[in-house]
Amino acid sequence: MLIRKPTDIPHSEVTPKSLYLRRREFFQTAAGGAIAAAAMLAPTGARAQTGQKLPNVRKSQYVVAAGDRLNDYDDVTGYNNFYEFGTDKADPKANAQKFNPRPWSIRVEGLVKAPADYGIDDFIKPYALEERIYRLRCVEGWSMVIPWVGIPLADVIKRLEPEPGATFVEFTTLNDPGRMPGQRLPILRWPYVEGLRMDEAMNPLSILAVGVYGEALPNQNGAPIRLVVPWKYGFKGIKSIVKIRFTDSQPRNTWEISAPREYGFYANVNPEVNHPRWSQATERRLGEFRRRNTLMFNGYGEQVAQMYSGMDLRKNF
Amino acid sequence: MTAFGILRRVIFAAALVPAAALVYGALTNNLTANPIDYITDITGLTALTFLTLSLTVTPLRRLTGRNELIKLRRMLGLFAFFYACLHLSTWIILDWFFDFASMASDVVDRPFITLGMTTFLLLLPLAITSTAAMIRRLGKRWQLLHRLVYLAACTAVIHFWWVVKADFREPRLWALALSVLLGFRAWWTLRTRLLSRS
Repeated sequence: MLIRKPTDIPHSEVTPKSLYLRRREFFQTAAGGAIAAAAMLAPTGARAQTGQKLPNVRKSQYVVAAGDRLNDYDDVTGYNNFYEFGTDKADPKANAQKFNPRPWSIRVEGLVKAPADYGIDDFIKPYALEERIYRLRCVEGWSMVIPWVGIPLADVIKRLEPEPGATFVEFTTLNDPGRMPGQRLPILRWPYVEGLRMDEAMNPLSILAVGVYGEALPNQNGAPIRLVVPWKYGFKGIKSIVKIRFTDSQPRNTWEISAPREYGFYANVNPEVNHPRWSQATERRLGEFRRRNTLMFNGYGEQVAQMYSGMDLRKNF
Repeated sequence: MTAFGILRRVIFAAALVPAAALVYGALTNNLTANPIDYITDITGLTALTFLTLSLTVTPLRRLTGRNELIKLRRMLGLFAFFYACLHLSTWIILDWFFDFASMASDVVDRPFITLGMTTFLLLLPLAITSTAAMIRRLGKRWQLLHRLVYLAACTAVIHFWWVVKADFREPRLWALALSVLLGFRAWWTLRTRLLSRS
């Protein structure tokens, strides 16, 4: 990443403001002038900081209706379920500040043409970043509208070339209790694991997000890279991914292991199938007072319903 | 004013702090991104706190021999009921906005809500019969009736336990505290019986 051509970089991006403002600290910690100079030519690789503006994000056709107002940046980045940083909704923001999502590598393994480790920047580089405005419905009965920045998962999978026998994709979160203090307690089985059927992963709605609100993903939202599958409950959106495995058997996801009666593999948003402990018929959009009716597949039925035709969604919840 | 009188007033003032903090938070728009859930959590936890505190009075009185402590019990119990009322109204007004059909099906279908409602219905007669006149009128039956508080404390803790998804540290602590408080009573009763027999 240090030999990236400087001509690719717009003038304004050569030294990001955040890095520039922290230059004294940076020079103090840098081993020497050469390293510092090289790092300045590769700002996105050296240190992607929370809140750093992402360059060249194109708008997409994936926007929401006028009735779905974007949630505030503070809500999106201050009200999170990310048990690796604590179980209270405010914990991730408080406890993830020191987490550094660089360097970061992603291992690709299993039924795939070329298993390999990728640096995060090399992993993302082939794809154009696009903004996807999606509804997010949490299994706990609240929801938000979030402008993600990400890359289509289907494009990533096509480039990785899974073998024909690969029928599922399994994702794994970083397992590092030193950096993720929530993992020091056995509240869930660590590391967090999630999975998708191959056709779900290839659905155009599925993305790997690297940003939100046009900026690099804050740590508490799953930096540096996370899954977003908007027709499923939020817990399917695994954060801080370090491993992608192609497999021929259905992965067991973390919440299913934790409480198999309550959380299934599919976890499609479904107002007719209630969670044993609460109704899924309605939801509260953060920022609103009255409950809304929850929509089948979170309102994305047109794009995803055909994948489940003939399936008993009560059994496969 | 006696030291005990001061203590009573301090506890009374302290008991109003959680409610005041919620009002202040509401006025300054500072009740998290999900205020209704937050208010529900705080009022519920505060109710459980005062319910548990009311159960510490008798053990403390027995252990210290300070009988005036009994005068704190009604106040603590009524604060538990006060916060339980706020908790229930939050659910009825803020959470469901009087959608009684949905609330009724929740009470029937969701075990943790069934237990929450049970707890409230157990506390209700205790609050009604907490006046001096009622105590006189009911006589011996008053004590019998007010043993319902043990049951209410149990259903309250299970209600909390069942709403938690995976992190059971907090409900576990409440269950432990309740076991100690109820265990003390069992031990004390047994001991008194054995002593009176010998």
